[in-house]
Amino acid sequence: MTQPRTAIFINVGERTNVTGSARFKKLILNGDYEAALAVARQQVEGGAQIIDVNMDEAMLDSEAAMVRFLRLIASEPDIARVPVMIDSSKWSVIEAGLKNVQGKAIVNSISLKEGEEAFIAQARKVRRYGAAVVVMAFDEKGQADTEARKVEICRRSYDVLVNKVGFPPEDIIFDPNIFAVATGIEEHNNYAVDFINATRRIRAELPGAHVSGGLSNVSFSFRGNETVRQAMHAVFLYHAIAAGMDMGIVNAGELPVYEDIPAELRERVEDVILNRREDATDRLLEVAEKYKGGGARKEADLSWRQAPVNQRLTHALVHGLTDWIDEDVEEARQAADRPLSVIEGPLMDGMNVVGDLFGAGKMFLPQVVKSARVMKKAVAYLLPYIEAEKDGAANRSNGKVLLATVKGDVHDIGKNIVGVVLQCNNYEVVDLGVMVPCAKILETAKQEKADIIGLSGLITPSLDEMVFVAKEMQREGFHLPLLIGGATTSKVHTAVKIDPAYQGPVVHVIDASRAVGVAGNLISLAARGDYAQGVKGDYARMREAHARAQANRARLPIADARANRARLDWAAYEAPQPLKPGLTVFEDYDLAELVSRIDWRPFFQAWELAGTFPAILEDAVVGEAARNLYADAQAMLQRIVGEKWLTARAVVGLWPANTVGDDIEIYADASRSAVKATLHTLRQQMAREAGRDRPHLALADFVAPKETGVADWIGGFAVTAGIGLEERAKAFEAAHDDYSAILLKALGDRLAEALSERMHERVRTELWGYAAGESLSNEDLIAEKYRGIRPAPGYPACPDHTEKGILWQLLDAENNTGITLTESYAMTPTAAVSGLYFAHPDAKYFGLGKVERDQVADYTARKGMDMATMERWLAPNLNYEPATTDGVAAA
Amino acid sequence: MALTRSQRLARLPDLLKQRILVLDGAMGTMIQGYKLDEAGYRGERFKDWHRDVRGNNDLLNLTQPKIVREIHQQYFDAGADIVETNTFNSTSISLADYGMEDLAYEFNKAGAALARAAGDALEEIDPSRPRYVAGAIGPTNRTASISPVVTDPGFRNVDFDELRLAYRTQTEGLIDGGVDMLLVETIFDTLNAKAALFAVDEVLEEKGLELPVMISGTITDRSGRTLSGQTTEAFWNSLRHVKPLSIGLNCALGADLMRPYVQELSRVADTYVSAHPNAGLPNEFGGYDETPEQMADALRHWAGDGLVNIVGGCCGTSPVHIHAIAEAVKGITPRPPADRPARMRLAGLEPFEMPAF
Repeated sequence: MTQPRTAIFINVGERTNVTGSARFKKLILNGDYEAALAVARQQVEGGAQIIDVNMDEAMLDSEAAMVRFLRLIASEPDIARVPVMIDSSKWSVIEAGLKNVQGKAIVNSISLKEGEEAFIAQARKVRRYGAAVVVMAFDEKGQADTEARKVEICRRSYDVLVNKVGFPPEDIIFDPNIFAVATGIEEHNNYAVDFINATRRIRAELPGAHVSGGLSNVSFSFRGNETVRQAMHAVFLYHAIAAGMDMGIVNAGELPVYEDIPAELRERVEDVILNRREDATDRLLEVAEKYKGGGARKEADLSWRQAPVNQRLTHALVHGLTDWIDEDVEEARQAADRPLSVIEGPLMDGMNVVGDLFGAGKMFLPQVVKSARVMKKAVAYLLPYIEAEKDGAANRSNGKVLLATVKGDVHDIGKNIVGVVLQCNNYEVVDLGVMVPCAKILETAKQEKADIIGLSGLITPSLDEMVFVAKEMQREGFHLPLLIGGATTSKVHTAVKIDPAYQGPVVHVIDASRAVGVAGNLISLAARGDYAQGVKGDYARMREAHARAQANRARLPIADARANRARLDWAAYEAPQPLKPGLTVFEDYDLAELVSRIDWRPFFQAWELAGTFPAILEDAVVGEAARNLYADAQAMLQRIVGEKWLTARAVVGLWPANTVGDDIEIYADASRSAVKATLHTLRQQMAREAGRDRPHLALADFVAPKETGVADWIGGFAVTAGIGLEERAKAFEAAHDDYSAILLKALGDRLAEALSERMHERVRTELWGYAAGESLSNEDLIAEKYRGIRPAPGYPACPDHTEKGILWQLLDAENNTGITLTESYAMTPTAAVSGLYFAHPDAKYFGLGKVERDQVADYTARKGMDMATMERWLAPNLNYEPATTDGVAAA
Repeated sequence: MALTRSQRLARLPDLLKQRILVLDGAMGTMIQGYKLDEAGYRGERFKDWHRDVRGNNDLLNLTQPKIVREIHQQYFDAGADIVETNTFNSTSISLADYGMEDLAYEFNKAGAALARAAGDALEEIDPSRPRYVAGAIGPTNRTASISPVVTDPGFRNVDFDELRLAYRTQTEGLIDGGVDMLLVETIFDTLNAKAALFAVDEVLEEKGLELPVMISGTITDRSGRTLSGQTTEAFWNSLRHVKPLSIGLNCALGADLMRPYVQELSRVADTYVSAHPNAGLPNEFGGYDETPEQMADALRHWAGDGLVNIVGGCCGTSPVHIHAIAEAVKGITPRPPADRPARMRLAGLEPFEMPAF
């Protein structure tokens, strides 16, 4: 049974007060702030709705202690959720406290003790800092003891505050002084009654104001007898609350219920508090001994301690509790096979719960940071065991992470948080700060031998800068994982814009709590490959989805697109005449000449080893695997060449040609009178953003239009290095040597590409001869630093595979190279490459994107095919849903 | 003749009772449209400055005043009653990133004068309609309530007095440049805001002025908290001692996600309520997709539901958005401030209300 008023009486926790709690004082004097915070937490858990913080102790720098403790509380959300009462008799300590609470606090206290002027000045400051205030019943003459003095001083204070300072009455709390009773001094006997009566009058006569008091004073004379003291508190409160005391500084966790006090004790306590008998004190003393030492203490809810250890660890992480972390971690360590497994298992599981809760908005930042601290403590406990296991190996961190806010951006809060969370998890963090130029990031990454680079940014232009950093990392041959974070970053942007710019792992980290998990996955040798590839795969899928979504955007009518064709300066162009027009056939190309021209990067990619060649051979992670593979490949190449496992064949054709519309006419001879064949090209139709008025390209734009009168040329080719490959591969497979079969196919592909590259070079320098003086290294060739392009049907610029049929006829490719086309225009052997040669210096590769029905209809008519068939071939490039025929949807 | 500040302010109480006022939209987004390069930001005066300054939008008050004034004018033309000065980052603390901390006063004074000049020009043509300029006071790039060092949660890289002094200079510049009111906005740490409001109060007292103060916080995500962890109501409880002209929310969220928190403010605030949301959440490329129509539609509903008194736009909004918003709230009765019984209302991260008895 509780009085209604008791139910809404406000408990101010008193245990974080060095003047009231010997234990708290000792903790603060010893600098044990962690334990001191636990005291605060216990009070809030015990029901304190406000916590009183007092650091008035001669041995302390009270201001510094107040500031430190309030700042520490700020990062403890389960404490900081309640308001603070900044308690000091020194104004300087109060003001220092006010500068360190973001919420609305209560100042405890100010008074008329030093006169009205000081009182007004302090009250104005309190108001400006935005706090409520406790006013002690104290004036120039001293502390009020009687009912009359209490009321008089409070009334005067009230008038000054409300009328002169403009203080809201509801933000004023009077403390009319609770003094000790039952001291044996007769004048003290009525102190409690004076307080209670003054309270009643203050509440009635000073509207809006509240009454509070420090409860423990009243029982001061019974120090050492907790049962009696608690009974006195309960009884005092019972009557004071009834009189209107609506707030009190009490040990909220330990208040007994009035009704629960034994009748005998309660009656005698009541006599003392209410000053009902002259012998009240003696009568209480008579029975006091009897009750000494009893009193059940109300404990915080510790039921979670009964759970299995993994659950306890999760609970401690989620609630940021460090009290039991050492013993729980020890228990987990004993149960685990290795100390590291405790981190990778239950602790990371717990952090993942934290991450999930954070992600779901059920935890907020300060809590997560606190969880990270618990994690750090757990890791610190395990560290000696991990070190011991390593058998004296040097003290190693989990890895070194370089963090930077990119150039042009000054936001760093998120980055700093990621930094601390990582540090908590035993990562070494090199933080370059804000506005960091790309070059400095990469240079420091090398110097510091960073394991991961993390980029952060909040503003939109930072996104481009991140792409730039990724490109530079690629250019400089980095392999380090790249983490992307910050408010404007997103998984989609990372997938679409950043990931393709860099072959190393790129991971978007949605928030700080995820950073540890991601870093762990990327650094752990065991997990890295799978994880990085998983992310790459995800991002590739997102890119495709994004491309589809983007591609579905508006298209221009084909006429408009054609009007915006690329207009090369044909008047100034001197079309080179081929030195050897017509077909040139290579029946058996020398494989030895091709080996040195192999581009090895796609070879390693085919084995899912990412990196540039030859750096990949020295890569810390995949280097050994790459070296072994490379050695096997070299050995097999020797046999391919030496034992002539494969035969390479090629055919090249160079023909007079001119563009008519979007078609390229190929003429029978230099007179250009008879059309031998027509190649058909498709034109870009995407509506461009305003200001991006690049031309809408078709390959036909790179050959001189007929009306220019320029005698232009075009080339075609088909090469293979795969004659004999199929039989050899089947033999390996039959012998269950799949490795060699795959290796052979991969090498066949590389040789065919090398032949294609070599053939293009010979076309430029010998057959067409427009770049006779060209001298490029293999790297330059791979980087396509030459004049002209060689797109193949099926490339993004010309996705229509059926054009290959026309090329085959022109080249008589089947007879000249042995490459046949399947029904779907795929080449067999597969180690084959074909395409067209364009010689104009401005010719370039591009993506067609999606096209509209108007162009497809026109294109179909030009090719003399039927619409449904054409639409099936162009399905991936259609910007519309083709009409279905016979209930069969186009693929 | 343009109005004087006191003439303008004298009309404000009636205006707020008559209709919903319109605040301007994004400055940064508009500046981006000019595609200024490093040299463009530097102008003649800072051509040899020792650090890169591209992205320092507030610098344009000094180097590209025409652009800034033009943007202000576009917002007035679009229907804004109040434009914010281009001074979001003009504290010595934020400017230190560019080595320009000593120029803070000048930045603010120039920024205020530019916005005022745009407003004055229009008032001369049509003096029946006051054009207000609010001095924008941003959060700085540091936070007084969160430690950047996890091993030392008691550590701070800025304290109240450093913030207060920086905000003093900013406030002095803004007032000397002629602002009509001050707007402490995009508050993610209430302690930073308290320092700003403390400084504003000090400066106003010293200058013997009574200018309205507007406050706008930022709820960072669906948790419904500020970055420093406060709920909406706790945020209001912590700042209501300033007796602001308005309390509101801006940035971080689009209108749909912001609504519940605006609703909460509307319930608890015994003053006017403002809202200037982003044009939706940033898309994957950092742009904002919400169209003027979508935003206007959302804000029309807020207005119709009696939640707001002052509306505008934050990141990603343009004069087109503001025009649509101004049209959408036209003729809708403004919200009366909440009438709540006086109670002691405190706050930690969560609100606390003293029960009555």
